[in-house]
Amino acid sequence: MNNLIILPILIPFVTAAILIFFHKKVKVQRWFSALSSIATIIAALVLVQKVHTDGIQSLNISSWDAPFGITLVSDMLSALLVLTTSIVAFVCLIYSFKSIGAEREKYYYYPVFNFLIVGVNGAFTTGDIFNLFVFFEVMLMSSYVLIVLGGTKIQLRESIKYLLVNVISSALFVITVAYLYSVVGTLNMAHISQRIAEIGQPGILSVIAVLFLIVFGLKGAIFPLYFWMPGSYYAPPAPVLALFGALLTKVGVYSITRTYTLFFYHDQGFTHELLQLLALVSIIAGVIGAIAYWDIKKVIIYNIIVAVGVILYGVSVMNIDALTGSIFYLIHDMIIKAALFLLVGIMIAITGTSNLKKISGLIKRYPGVGWTFFISALALAGIPPLSGFIGKLLIVQGGFEGSSYVGAAIVLMSSLLVLFSVMKIFINGFWGVHRAYENEDKAPVKWLLISPVILVILSALYGIGTEAILPYISQAAETLANPSMYIDAVLKE
Amino acid sequence: MRSNNNIILETTIKVVLFIIVLFSVYIFFAGHYYPGGGFIGGLMTSGAIVLLLIAYDIKTVATILPVNYRTMTGIGLLFAIGTSAGSLLFNVPFLTHAFGHIEVPVLGEISLHTATLFDLGVYLVVVGVTMTIIQTIGEDE
Repeated sequence: MNNLIILPILIPFVTAAILIFFHKKVKVQRWFSALSSIATIIAALVLVQKVHTDGIQSLNISSWDAPFGITLVSDMLSALLVLTTSIVAFVCLIYSFKSIGAEREKYYYYPVFNFLIVGVNGAFTTGDIFNLFVFFEVMLMSSYVLIVLGGTKIQLRESIKYLLVNVISSALFVITVAYLYSVVGTLNMAHISQRIAEIGQPGILSVIAVLFLIVFGLKGAIFPLYFWMPGSYYAPPAPVLALFGALLTKVGVYSITRTYTLFFYHDQGFTHELLQLLALVSIIAGVIGAIAYWDIKKVIIYNIIVAVGVILYGVSVMNIDALTGSIFYLIHDMIIKAALFLLVGIMIAITGTSNLKKISGLIKRYPGVGWTFFISALALAGIPPLSGFIGKLLIVQGGFEGSSYVGAAIVLMSSLLVLFSVMKIFINGFWGVHRAYENEDKAPVKWLLISPVILVILSALYGIGTEAILPYISQAAETLANPSMYIDAVLKE
Repeated sequence: MRSNNNIILETTIKVVLFIIVLFSVYIFFAGHYYPGGGFIGGLMTSGAIVLLLIAYDIKTVATILPVNYRTMTGIGLLFAIGTSAGSLLFNVPFLTHAFGHIEVPVLGEISLHTATLFDLGVYLVVVGVTMTIIQTIGEDE
């Protein structure tokens, strides 16, 4: 029993509820959210340290014992993801102050923002498969509001698609959970894992595994289910886009990781082979998109698909090196994607366009933006000593150990092309002839730059301080590789 | 917009409204041990208000019930969170409730349960959200 687990969910929740009363008072909303966001980060930090020293923490909500009640479980993976989420949320919040506009701020932007964090942190923390669905819904409802808030033409068009896709996938989610329940007769994730191990994953469970892959793949944007993403993520303003890109798809990735390491690890020849295939095709499809487009938002959005593929490839290899690499890369990607989206947001704020062909020479007036972008581009591609390197190294190493040479080669090749796609933005957008832009002087570049700089510094520290961080990541990977640790922590308390 | 075309509806609703609201309150309390509770009670109350909206129009109803439903949702949320987070103070798992039996002079022994407060929160949220949705759709005309 440890109520600490609930705090990263509870703090944003209380904040959101209180902010409903102050929706016209923009300043109160800003600072209250910022303070609560800092409190969430602190709670998450304490939680990570607690899990590191005392092992997996669990909380039987409402005092109903597991597996009968709903259990929240914080193992190292979920604690680290909660921490990263809280940091990304704080940074996006600061960025919103001067970029989102009073119109949106007065219409419940901050309460909904906090509800989104409730959903994401909840999804990372819960140890109950149906509760996972509930937190998914909390997260999706908030994302519906954020994607449509402001009501510009493109937002309205894209939000209909987004809504449709997610409503269908949510329905499928419930159906899948119902199938699973009818087979194993429990919803507690540790208990499900135990029961599946007892019956040895017959064919029907592999079918359910594939259904879960479809459901979470739709949210996490893997091939061929990413079709909705480039359009929908294109619509909302930069801080919302950064939140979506950094957090929402990662919830899908996390759920695949959790279900494929905790439940469906008995028939890897089928399920993990399929996951691997889809992950690799995602990498290829994402890279093609990232190279092909001349729109800076689209380039980064397609890079999400590449990252999702790389992470899931590591998961599908299922050895300890690859899993460590995947977790390392997952956290790295949350940080650096948020940074890149925020930087792209600054470029759009300055130039008023996201068409790369109309942008050039930004580095003359904005050296800070230019170099921050350069560093985060290097980090994204995985140039040592920045944070992308070690994750990819471990994934590739795991791939070679698991004698999946083609996969490892594709991951390596993708780095090169990813580097090319972001360098294209740097070379064309920042170098070249300086142009004058209409709204140039209105953009609060200095304030906006704070957020990506924080993230880039974090990413650099994450890469340089690998020695210090690796014990935490290994602990997370160890739990994924040994489901019995998770089961024991939840059921034998 | 005010018209007297549906006199039957208006007259019926004046009576039926109170029955529905009373029944929803009954359902709300019944939820303690039997089927019912804040969610169903809330939906039923909103149903009653929607009937009122059908018979009259938004402006008339707004003068009869001058409630800001968004604030109502917020209050409901605070009720629900407050009752569940109260367990943190007593160092028991989140959402753990407490109950006790109390002697009341006329009614005799009654059981009081903090879950009722939580349910009241749910009730307020359900009425608040449902009415916000319906009013927003209705206003567009």
